[in-house]
Amino acid sequence: MKRFLEKFSIHFVLIAVSLLSIFPFIWLISTSLKGNSENIFAYPPTIIPKDFTWANYVGVWHRVDFIGYFVNSMIVAGGTVLLNLILSAMAGYPLARMEFKGKKIAFFSILATIMIPFQAIMLPVYLITLKLHLVDSVSDVAGFIGLIMPFAVSAFGIFLMRQAFLGIPKEMEEAAIIDGCSVWQLFWKVLIPMVKPSLAVLAIFTFIGSWGEFLWPSIVLTKESMYTLPVGVNNLQGMFSSNWRYIAAGSILSTIPILIFFLAMQKYFISGENEGAVKG
Amino acid sequence: MFKYYGKYAPYLFLLPAGLVLLIFFFIPFFQTVYLSFFDYSSSIYHPALVGIDNYIKLFHSPVFYKVLWNTFLYLFVAVPILAIFPLFIAILINQKIRGVTLYKILIYLPVIVSIVVAAIAFKWLYADQGILNYLVTLFGMKPIGWLTDPNWALYSVIIVTIWKGIGYYMIIYLAALMSVPQELYEACDIDGANFLTKHLTVTIPHIMPTIALVTTISAISAMKVFAEIYVMTKGGPLNSSKTIVYYIYERAFENLDLGYASAMAVVLLVIVMAFSLINIFCFERNKYQL
Repeated sequence: MKRFLEKFSIHFVLIAVSLLSIFPFIWLISTSLKGNSENIFAYPPTIIPKDFTWANYVGVWHRVDFIGYFVNSMIVAGGTVLLNLILSAMAGYPLARMEFKGKKIAFFSILATIMIPFQAIMLPVYLITLKLHLVDSVSDVAGFIGLIMPFAVSAFGIFLMRQAFLGIPKEMEEAAIIDGCSVWQLFWKVLIPMVKPSLAVLAIFTFIGSWGEFLWPSIVLTKESMYTLPVGVNNLQGMFSSNWRYIAAGSILSTIPILIFFLAMQKYFISGENEGAVKG
Repeated sequence: MFKYYGKYAPYLFLLPAGLVLLIFFFIPFFQTVYLSFFDYSSSIYHPALVGIDNYIKLFHSPVFYKVLWNTFLYLFVAVPILAIFPLFIAILINQKIRGVTLYKILIYLPVIVSIVVAAIAFKWLYADQGILNYLVTLFGMKPIGWLTDPNWALYSVIIVTIWKGIGYYMIIYLAALMSVPQELYEACDIDGANFLTKHLTVTIPHIMPTIALVTTISAISAMKVFAEIYVMTKGGPLNSSKTIVYYIYERAFENLDLGYASAMAVVLLVIVMAFSLINIFCFERNKYQL
């Protein structure tokens, strides 16, 4: 009996916390499905729409280029992930396996970047991006490069890959070298396939971080056709000033891709094996 | 092991990442300090070297103190809650119960959703005639101006940050809980210890390093909040919800007062670097193998 009560109260608390976690979305979904004849400010509020309709989704879909935002987000997140994988692996390898002059300096310089928050240096980063003509007023391609480059590599990624290379037995390299591999071939053909699990972790967490990035794109982007999803969604507030049905529908629509991604990859996020991987 | 790589190989491997870090981290870092000694407020094209004038202006500005105070308030409210509450949830989830995966997914959901969508969702909850004010009136109180009353706005925004962080820190704690030896709990059960004493005497001491880690990471991210404020209040009303990053953004990109904004950025740098140093050298030594 005591055990039953204990389990009951644990479930009770966890259900309450789960509901609090998802309630803001539920309320947004509820609002997005309410038709014009239903007062969305009604007291008492109703969760289940009385005047159920998909019209808000259809309406917002026709007025806002969600496909465009989605494609832009995919290009930026895809490019950021790809560059992070390549650059982190390349930089992590010598730090794990080679002896060279200046290794300590390289190591600590990279470590130092962890302490520099982007928010504190964003102004010069913007000025440099302008100087390099990596903005959307030059061309779309330049705009995308400008969105990607400041996040093309991170100390977190480099250290993660360094750790992965440290775990590979040295005999692997010796065998490959004796077989006549160059160091370049050794890296790409022998070592990279062996650190795939770490690359997957890096890819997933870089993707989530890049997908949700808001500050940088809202600083550099000038053309609406270049908007990524977070910037586009924020813009809904201006477009539909007090039409909360549309704002709600648009916000929910924009969340669907990342929700699918999360559910498909959930074990990476909630297993706890990759603790601290996402930037807070 | 024999040396199988050429003299330049290590540098060539490091070059691409090094270039990116140089251009987008190190140069901007020094440029931030450099810009803080110039005055751009009279002309954006012909800045004047003014030495530490921006800093003097900064430390005489009531708005700056207000912003700094808001930022630390953010810290004092959000950090203790984010250090303790997710631990409590993690302990509950760690009991042998059913539905653990579902609970984890639901509680983690706010972490992966874009902060912009989260802020919009809360803005809607906080609306003047919104659902939260309905609950407030149910209890016989007057509706609250969640985002429009200077006494409330900052706390309303802090709630969003906390809500979005719980799942993240819960997972960190869950990983740490796995390392607590089960025998200790069994010993507690034999002694007949209750839930609270069990965790106060076994769990908490064991995962103290993780609690410290969560405290510093959440403090660092609290220093960096931006999107919540940008989407929900724009720092208002009357600067009541303005924090340091938002103020830097406003000064730099809206007022084009680059020198003044940079001086503030230097202040932010100093604070965050202090927290980061504590974090790296005290709690994450293993991660970087120092």
